[in-house]
Amino acid sequence: MSEEGRVTREGHPKRGRRRAGLSERGVERVLTVVALSAIGVLGLITVFIFIGGLPAIAKTGLWAFVSGHKWAPGRGVFGIFPMIMGSLWVTIGALAIGVPLSLACAIFLAEVAPPKTARVIKPAIELLAGIPSVIYGFMGLVILVPLIRTHLGGPGFSVLASSVVLGIMILPTVISISYDAMKAVPEAYRDGSLALGATKWQTIVMVLLPAARSGILAAIILGMGRAIGETMAVIMVAGNATMVPGSLLDPVRTLTSNIALEMGYAAGTHRAALFGTGVILFVIIMLLSILASFTTTARGKAKVNPKP
Amino acid sequence: MAIRQPNELHPKVEVKDLDLYYGQHQALKKVSLTFYANQVTAIIGPSGCGKSTLLRCLNRMNDTIPGIRVEGRVALDGTDIYGRRQDLTRLRKSVGMVFQRPNVFPLSILDNVAYGPKVHGLKDRARLSEIVERSLAAVGLWGEVRERLNVSALELSLGNRQLLCLARLVAVEPEVILLDEPASALDPISTLRIEELMRELQKEYTIIIVTHNMQQAARASDRTAFMLSGELVEYGETRQIFTNPRDTRTERYVTGKL
Repeated sequence: MSEEGRVTREGHPKRGRRRAGLSERGVERVLTVVALSAIGVLGLITVFIFIGGLPAIAKTGLWAFVSGHKWAPGRGVFGIFPMIMGSLWVTIGALAIGVPLSLACAIFLAEVAPPKTARVIKPAIELLAGIPSVIYGFMGLVILVPLIRTHLGGPGFSVLASSVVLGIMILPTVISISYDAMKAVPEAYRDGSLALGATKWQTIVMVLLPAARSGILAAIILGMGRAIGETMAVIMVAGNATMVPGSLLDPVRTLTSNIALEMGYAAGTHRAALFGTGVILFVIIMLLSILASFTTTARGKAKVNPKP
Repeated sequence: MAIRQPNELHPKVEVKDLDLYYGQHQALKKVSLTFYANQVTAIIGPSGCGKSTLLRCLNRMNDTIPGIRVEGRVALDGTDIYGRRQDLTRLRKSVGMVFQRPNVFPLSILDNVAYGPKVHGLKDRARLSEIVERSLAAVGLWGEVRERLNVSALELSLGNRQLLCLARLVAVEPEVILLDEPASALDPISTLRIEELMRELQKEYTIIIVTHNMQQAARASDRTAFMLSGELVEYGETRQIFTNPRDTRTERYVTGKL
């Protein structure tokens, strides 16, 4: 094995290596530029949103802007507290519905289902991710909203409807990432647990899930990102009233919906206030992902990563 | 190490006419032998001879591999473990296994050792910590880890991880301990520790070890079985196998000519 390697290495004189080095460096440079431009775009977007949004926030005052209960662009009153609460409730609802379902599904696919079944179901689930969000919204609008209206009361357009639609929309993300995390758990852990007389279920709950924890957390966080950022489907089923929802059956407006619904006709301070909404959304998402990566790496280091 | 007289020996695991097929391939051919209680029995043979497969038949770990078929009889204390009414979790509680590569769980040292008793329904914390201490002491790890029981088991050295796997097994109080090349990933000092430990554990358990290492078999076992391409060639007292083998294939293998 090493014999062969040595022959090849010595077989190629320096000239060949230098040429490889040149194209190697070229590729590295191109890749660096591409990577930097991605960061550049992120930077530009950040700057753009902040420039657009800060005047409105400054005019209203940060605290009044984020804690104000009234959103009345016509009178120049800009308080986005209802939208912050809206995004929060809808996201929590989506996670409450989507995460248990996803985990159950991932466990089933990774550990219980016969491999053949898993090979059919997994791609089918991933196909869910390819359905445009407006279709989800449409299904919610014609099926879910009337169902809620007739059976549970209220207008139907509600936190509940949005949570259900978003809960379904995050399924493919959360399922396939947590499935991968569970599949990445070494076979040796399963064997070790079974050989001690543990049942399959005990093995899953006590060994596999803890071992896959950081991957599952990452899956949930990505699902959360998808839920908080989704706009179209939510607009169609949420009702979009600018009030803090008092119950699951009340209509709700999220931060993203607020921007999408009004940007088309907004001007002046109103427009800036929508950018300001974007700034707050941006900050919330940043905080969430920092928190998330912090928890995953901290836990990952302490518990999961084997020593080299 | 004094070898007990044959009339003292108590049969613990009896294997009779065992055939095993992976699909079309026959990995074990009419294997019959008896493992005795409180003895260390080594199974030796070249790679692919079926020694690990035989070992995995004794706690039915082969059941997890799809497409496998087992025929014949394996009896633990006279009861057929391939019988229809055999409870797998109970079987594996009595016949425990340590694998080639230390497979401690990514949990704390404490949780690793407490794992077995917990899955078998023990909840009492005081009892659990008592078992943890006793099991770690039994493998000689207690002194080293008593101060850091809540540290991840993955922080331990490879050798200590394998000892932890043994402690984890001892905690469920099995009757038979199967060791599948337990020292092949370890350094010489850890290897010796495992061998000494086998001698220690032999007082309470029946030990069956699969090994590549012939010195290890010669040093640490009472009886040795030699296997070749799925067949049991020769089985007897270790001293006899290594000094006076009856089969020429055994002779060639133990003298390093095969």
